Amino acid sequence: MSVIQVTDLKKSYGGIRALAGCSMTFEDKAINGLIGPNGSGKTTLFNVITGYETADSGRVSLRDRDITNAKPDFVFAQGVGRTFQITRIFPQLTVLQNVHVAAQRQGFAAQARGWDSAAERERAMEVLDFVGLARLAPEIAGDLSYGQQKLLEFATITMAGPSVILLDEPAGGVNPSLLRHISDRIRALNSEGVTFIIVEHDMEFVMRLCDHVLVMRQGSALTSGAPEQVRSDPAVLEAYLGTEPREGR
Amino acid sequence: MTTTQIAQVGAAAPEHIPYRPPRGVRYGATAGLLVLLIAFPLMFPNPTVTSIAVFTMIYLVAAIGWNIFSGFSGYISIGHAAYYGIGQYTVALIIIHAGLPGGWDTFALLPAAGLVAALLSIPIGWLLLRVRKHTFIVLTIAVMFILQLLAFNLTDFTKGSGGVTLPFPTWTGNFFNMPFYYVGLLCAVVAGAVAWWVRRSKFGLGLFAIRDDEERARGLGIKVTRTKLIAYAASAFFVGIAGGLYAPFVGSVYPQFGFDPNFDLAIAVLVFVGGIGTLSGPVLGALVLIPLQQYFYLQFGNGNLYLVAYGVLFILILRLLPGGIVPGVTNAWRARLVARARARLDGAGRTEASDAGRKARA
Repeated sequence: MSVIQVTDLKKSYGGIRALAGCSMTFEDKAINGLIGPNGSGKTTLFNVITGYETADSGRVSLRDRDITNAKPDFVFAQGVGRTFQITRIFPQLTVLQNVHVAAQRQGFAAQARGWDSAAERERAMEVLDFVGLARLAPEIAGDLSYGQQKLLEFATITMAGPSVILLDEPAGGVNPSLLRHISDRIRALNSEGVTFIIVEHDMEFVMRLCDHVLVMRQGSALTSGAPEQVRSDPAVLEAYLGTEPREGR
Repeated sequence: MTTTQIAQVGAAAPEHIPYRPPRGVRYGATAGLLVLLIAFPLMFPNPTVTSIAVFTMIYLVAAIGWNIFSGFSGYISIGHAAYYGIGQYTVALIIIHAGLPGGWDTFALLPAAGLVAALLSIPIGWLLLRVRKHTFIVLTIAVMFILQLLAFNLTDFTKGSGGVTLPFPTWTGNFFNMPFYYVGLLCAVVAGAVAWWVRRSKFGLGLFAIRDDEERARGLGIKVTRTKLIAYAASAFFVGIAGGLYAPFVGSVYPQFGFDPNFDLAIAVLVFVGGIGTLSGPVLGALVLIPLQQYFYLQFGNGNLYLVAYGVLFILILRLLPGGIVPGVTNAWRARLVARARARLDGAGRTEASDAGRKARA
């Protein structure tokens, strides 16, 4: 069953076609890997799905509901959270406040309440503990190391309990020890039914973690399948290495 | 990975050192300041001194109001004199058209001054808040000058450059400034309470998130346009009230003094000097700079010499304490605590090492 489906999605920046009729389906309750060479349109696809960019044409649907060009707050309210290639936290807020930002509630009474009500504080500390940052809760987020900021960004989106999480290069600039920690957290959440879509260049990380891998090239879908199947696909090797597949392989 | 290992990865302090003084110190200082402000005109009843104190209260209300929007959201407005002028004209025109005598009734019009300013700020803010940073700053100035031009030219409504003269209050003598002072202080307390509430509410957290990264805040479900607009209107409300207090105090309203660009410079400078985005920064800035400004004004006549002094002070603060006095002082205080904690840990580490060495030798 699909959770997010994109159909014939197109997006251009001036003369550059970032998405050229991209169509693909991401499986529900799975860890989906999205790979492709630099400039293949992966981050643009993330931006269009989550409403940070508008598509020129095409359709994005979330569980058969059309969310094409919806605003980011609407997409988030539908249970889709994301992280960024270059970590985006709120650097002047504390670690705890960062997590609380994602627990915004609508309505005057809810907005008027203190940001750290007892119930939400407990939940926020659970989330921080989940990624191993509980001890740093009162620290200013901008003082954290890059790896810790990655974990904080991850914790922030999990605070709202999204059903789909899009991670843009979670392994980028992260040491192997932290990377194992992130993988464990992803698996733990996935076992609770959270769907992941992960853009990543670290092939070992993708192949070890993902159930389903989709490949992009030049703004459109190239192929998809199980990790082993994709790894040995000559078209994928060609896309990455720029070589023609040898005959018979 | 354990939390200890995680902590070792980053540059966080070895133990959590608070970023602000303890709550008891903060609340005690606030209560002490309030008592001092209540007692001030009784201790110094000289009309010249109390007159300066009234101006200080007016600017204090405006600075706290300005900080609720610009300080918390990071959108710097240099056009809030628009709402200062609207507040002044609201009170003045109601008094003139309703034929009210100068007196206590004037103070009952302050909520109206704030409300009219807030209501007019909604369509203006709706347009302006589509842009950010420098463009936003320039547009706020433009709106202020447009309103000043309207005040000059809508002569049937505003009396144009001739201005509006208000009836004198029914009280005189050394007591003259007292009602204005205490009403100003009450407005400042209300504005301060609202700022405190905004800072600790979910709404306020949304504003701070917008300040740090607006797009990310939107992506985490914050209704950024609505949040900014509400803060902008709340800010205009208190600046409008400050204007509503100023007009009957000086007894007249003129377009160039109602919609006064120097007012915006003063507000921005005093909040920056005190500490933008903090609760105590605008208070400190207003309590230090406005008496200084008034002193220069009285000492050197009706010139703009105080602006030169402001400029010098602004440059000094930017060089020495870039975040303003309050963040500068609290950061220095925290750095000292962090250094002490590190020294304590280092000392403990050396003792452990030397104990281990002794045991090994034994």
